[in-house]
Amino acid sequence: MVGGHQPPTVSRARRQFRPYLLSIPATVVLIGILYPFALGVYYTFLNYSATNPAPKFVGLQNYIYVFTDAAFWNSARVTVTFAIAATLLETVLGIGIALLLNRSSLIGKIFEKVLILPLMIAPVIAAVMWKLMFNPQFGVLNYMFGLGSTFDFLNADRALWSVVLVDAWIYTPFVAILVLAGVRSLPKEPFEASAVDGANWFYVFRRLMLPMMWPYILVAVIFRFMDCLKIFDIIYVLTSGGPGDATKSMQVGAYIQSVLNFNYSMGSTYMFLLWIIIYVVANQLVKLLNKAQARAAGSEG
Amino acid sequence: MAKELMPGQKRVTTGGILGDLALVGWFAFSLFPVLWMFLLALKTPAEQTTTFFQFSPTLDNFITVLTDRGRTLTGVDFKSAILLSVLNCAGAVLVSLVIGIPAAYAAGRFKFKGSDSLMFNILSFRFAPELMVIIPVFVIFNRIGLFDTPVGMIWVLQLVTMPLVVWILRSYFQDMPEELEQAALLDGYTRKRAFLMVALPLVRPGIAASALLSFIFAWNNYMFPLILTNAGSITVTITKFLGGGGQAYYNLTAAAGVLGALPPFILALTIQRYLVQGLSFGAVKG
Repeated sequence: MVGGHQPPTVSRARRQFRPYLLSIPATVVLIGILYPFALGVYYTFLNYSATNPAPKFVGLQNYIYVFTDAAFWNSARVTVTFAIAATLLETVLGIGIALLLNRSSLIGKIFEKVLILPLMIAPVIAAVMWKLMFNPQFGVLNYMFGLGSTFDFLNADRALWSVVLVDAWIYTPFVAILVLAGVRSLPKEPFEASAVDGANWFYVFRRLMLPMMWPYILVAVIFRFMDCLKIFDIIYVLTSGGPGDATKSMQVGAYIQSVLNFNYSMGSTYMFLLWIIIYVVANQLVKLLNKAQARAAGSEG
Repeated sequence: MAKELMPGQKRVTTGGILGDLALVGWFAFSLFPVLWMFLLALKTPAEQTTTFFQFSPTLDNFITVLTDRGRTLTGVDFKSAILLSVLNCAGAVLVSLVIGIPAAYAAGRFKFKGSDSLMFNILSFRFAPELMVIIPVFVIFNRIGLFDTPVGMIWVLQLVTMPLVVWILRSYFQDMPEELEQAALLDGYTRKRAFLMVALPLVRPGIAASALLSFIFAWNNYMFPLILTNAGSITVTITKFLGGGGQAYYNLTAAAGVLGALPPFILALTIQRYLVQGLSFGAVKG
């Protein structure tokens, strides 16, 4: 070697193992979380509850019970209905807000600063606020919209949609800021070219902007849909799953089963099934995302 | 057609006005509940259910919830809930940083077998239904005496804070040119020193953003303290003002809500630049 310093000599073995060494603490934490997870899966094959501290292996009995139980199917229906409705509403509103903010009008610039405030409040605090606003007797919404004291936002017919409304209030900004970041990162040339060609706004949006934004939109949809499937906080504060079972999502149901009624096996069965649903849906959506990213990269290149 | 526009001047169009109106509509909807919480927090007990917009404002509620007056009145100890939340969340973030930074560096800088699967397992915490893990943890904690302890809370809060820290910082380490560290190595630095003196200072914004964001998420968490503690947390305690069986204190609820929402508000406004990347775990670059 001519001049200069040499890199300090480190044995090959040490260099090879360095990344593993650095990952050990994180792996330990991971195992600390995976162990309870595996234990939870094991519970689903037991009849474990606080009143039955010496559980027996019951095979698939919990699953058979759950699949023939109307309450389970109701909670699955509530969960999926909520997740689809909320994700759809938030995505449409979020894209709209992102596009409006992207025009960089004066009003948009002022509002962009406070766009994320609802997203940063604890969902529980937001739900508490909305619960007070929904109150039929002295809630401000019934007063402002002149609905009288008999209109109840949280009755059996409306409660789920009120929960969707509160969820959209909190999480639409999430979609909006993700999509806005995406819109702003798009290359300018195609849009200038289409403006020169005299394409109208809708055509540009459908044929140019939407395909290029699609990966960003999908990321937002994936995050929202996955989170909506495990909705708990907002529902538990607003309605505790009621009236009746009208808003009992799977995670609220599992909470009532396992923490309030101490039936650990039943709650775990609910949650393992929900986990399977989330896992399958997430896989499909991520595949879609990879395809969309490849296509967007192709159309840009 | 319209007369010549000055440079920088925008054409006023119907579409533009409708767009602005739509924005104003959204932000009225978006900001009203926050405003309403402030208003309610300023009302006296007599006004809390009787008036809407006309009342004589008072800061009494904030003093009540923060002092012993609130505890004797409502039986809710909000002050110690705040302290507990600060302790648990700061502890959880600190542990996540100490454990997460090396892992993020390893995953962002080196290609090694299992790195992808480790990273995806860490991210999958984010999407697993919390109760799948929390039910067994509830059983375990009761058995080994970690129920209702800060150690237990800091442990389970890793579910919230670790994925954020590791994923955000991984993308920071990936974006950092490797040549910088190689230059330091050529100058005779050891790997450790190159990491400490070159790489770490460069990702400081990422560390700050991920720490603040994960603090917010831990602070806002509801299910873990609800199930795994008696003492509760700021979120659990706020719901207690709504009154379970006893009298409801709506103005105190709102005052507590304002206090609970303040730290995330302030933090969010300071880290707005990094939020996009943080919220999407680096999937979308802001």
